[in-house]
Amino acid sequence: MAEKISQETVVKVSRLARLSLTSDEAEKMTSQLAGMLEHFRDIDALDLADVEPMTQPYPLKNVLRKDVEAPSLDRQEVLGQAPATESGRFRVPPTIGFDV
Amino acid sequence: MQKLVEIASGVSNGSLSASAVVEQHLARIDVRESEIHAFNLVTADQARLDAAKVDADVKSGKKVGALAGVPIAVKDNMCTRGVETTCSSKILQGWKPPYDATVVTKLRAAGAIIIGKTNLDEFAMGSSTENSAFGPTKNPHDISRVPGGSSGGSAAAVAAGFAAASLGSDTGGSIRQPAALCGVVGVKPTYGVVSRYGLVAFASSLDQIGPFTCDVRDAATLLEVISGHDPLDSTSIPQPAPSLVSVLEHGVAGMRIGRVTDLPEGCEADVLERLESAFDALRNAGATIVDIKLPSIQYCLTAYYLIAPAEASSNLARYDGVRYGNRVDAADLNSMYAATREAGFGEEVKRRIMLGTYALSAGYYDAYYGKALKVRRLISDDFARAYQSVDTILTPTSPSVAFEFGSKTDNPLAMYLCDVFTIPTNLAGHPAMSVPFGTGAHSMPVGVQVLAPTLGEQAMFKVAAELERAS
Repeated sequence: MAEKISQETVVKVSRLARLSLTSDEAEKMTSQLAGMLEHFRDIDALDLADVEPMTQPYPLKNVLRKDVEAPSLDRQEVLGQAPATESGRFRVPPTIGFDV
Repeated sequence: MQKLVEIASGVSNGSLSASAVVEQHLARIDVRESEIHAFNLVTADQARLDAAKVDADVKSGKKVGALAGVPIAVKDNMCTRGVETTCSSKILQGWKPPYDATVVTKLRAAGAIIIGKTNLDEFAMGSSTENSAFGPTKNPHDISRVPGGSSGGSAAAVAAGFAAASLGSDTGGSIRQPAALCGVVGVKPTYGVVSRYGLVAFASSLDQIGPFTCDVRDAATLLEVISGHDPLDSTSIPQPAPSLVSVLEHGVAGMRIGRVTDLPEGCEADVLERLESAFDALRNAGATIVDIKLPSIQYCLTAYYLIAPAEASSNLARYDGVRYGNRVDAADLNSMYAATREAGFGEEVKRRIMLGTYALSAGYYDAYYGKALKVRRLISDDFARAYQSVDTILTPTSPSVAFEFGSKTDNPLAMYLCDVFTIPTNLAGHPAMSVPFGTGAHSMPVGVQVLAPTLGEQAMFKVAAELERAS
């Protein structure tokens, strides 16, 4: 299994998760995650080469509904719960021209 | 405490008034809710209106449903149209869903009165309700102790008599563990038996809704109402749910009950003693106790705490300050996302999002998430082997009775260990329920857990009913 998690990795992961952790939070998180990942090493001893991964408990495949019209959510009711809207749409801050 | 089935039959035949029943429960809430904090919101006005309507329907001779006039509390992670649904998170504070969860629709159709939205660990992540952004719920048996979690508010509401029954959700034990700690019945049905439509997702392959009640018959009655196929949930099992109330008097003669000989360690002596009395009671009622081994469940915490956070990190990506919930403004989109999520999520939620994002990220996926899915298969295979020789399995629900506030908050792993007996069920997708079975240390309630294979609810309820008769 992988090497011990570093604070640098924690900061990188926090960017992927869209969380702006403070440096105190990042430090605490690094030691807590390291503790958990250490505990999780118990499965390293298992031989899993021939084991099929299990992604869902009840095997259902390609569940589709009939292509019949049905009412959808009320547009005004949905937009009424958004932090910012304009002309019947969700309004967001500028999306281009900034570092990602 | 008034039973759900007594209220429903009394209201239906006109000998009880739904309005009077609701007033009795609201009166209890008035007296004790300020110290218990079971609810994020008590919907008293709507409950009174709904009760009056049920009474009017009875008076005019209209047919009323199986839960007519029954006050039911709903965990605050199930959508109620136009009624605030917060998941006990600041990020959703004030959000009023534009639709009802399927279970809420079914409750209303059956004549139930929704009396309020109950407190939980934020986004159902926790085992004590100490992770609620709005403060913890207290255990009605001893307010210095936790009610368990994450559905602690739903368990406490039933234990305190604030509601005749409640709904919770169970991802790793979040119905069964608080039921055990509060001395009530709690059921996690087979994955896919109850629709998840409108249940705010935590870990989609593990989440399942189920009832809290005062006794086993009430649980069977309520579960019959909320289960069944729902085209709005693509993981809903496309077949009718089995009848449960009809099997409660069947007894356990001839049934084979599994005793796990390699149970994880760390269980309180009093709890193990209650478990042994439960085996004795079933043996006396004609069941055979069979020793079984589940060697892989020792790895359940690792599998669960990789799979559940991985799914959560993906599910909680939707809280981005755009379509619903709260936003912290910033100059550009990515800064807005990060500022919103930093301010809106609590510590445990951030910890699980981080753990899940890490376990899914390039370079670590195979080492963590991929392996965890394989361990999940091993645990499921262990159960499949065991169920060749037994009908149900009996274990403790929780390794300990309700613990004191603050005793596990500094150590996430210690808190995670609370779920060691409940997690394997979720990984396998099986049903399991906790039945009160006496008391342990500090005279606090102890629960015994009955496990069964996929769609084995009838066998599970037969055993639960027998345990209740013996307790």
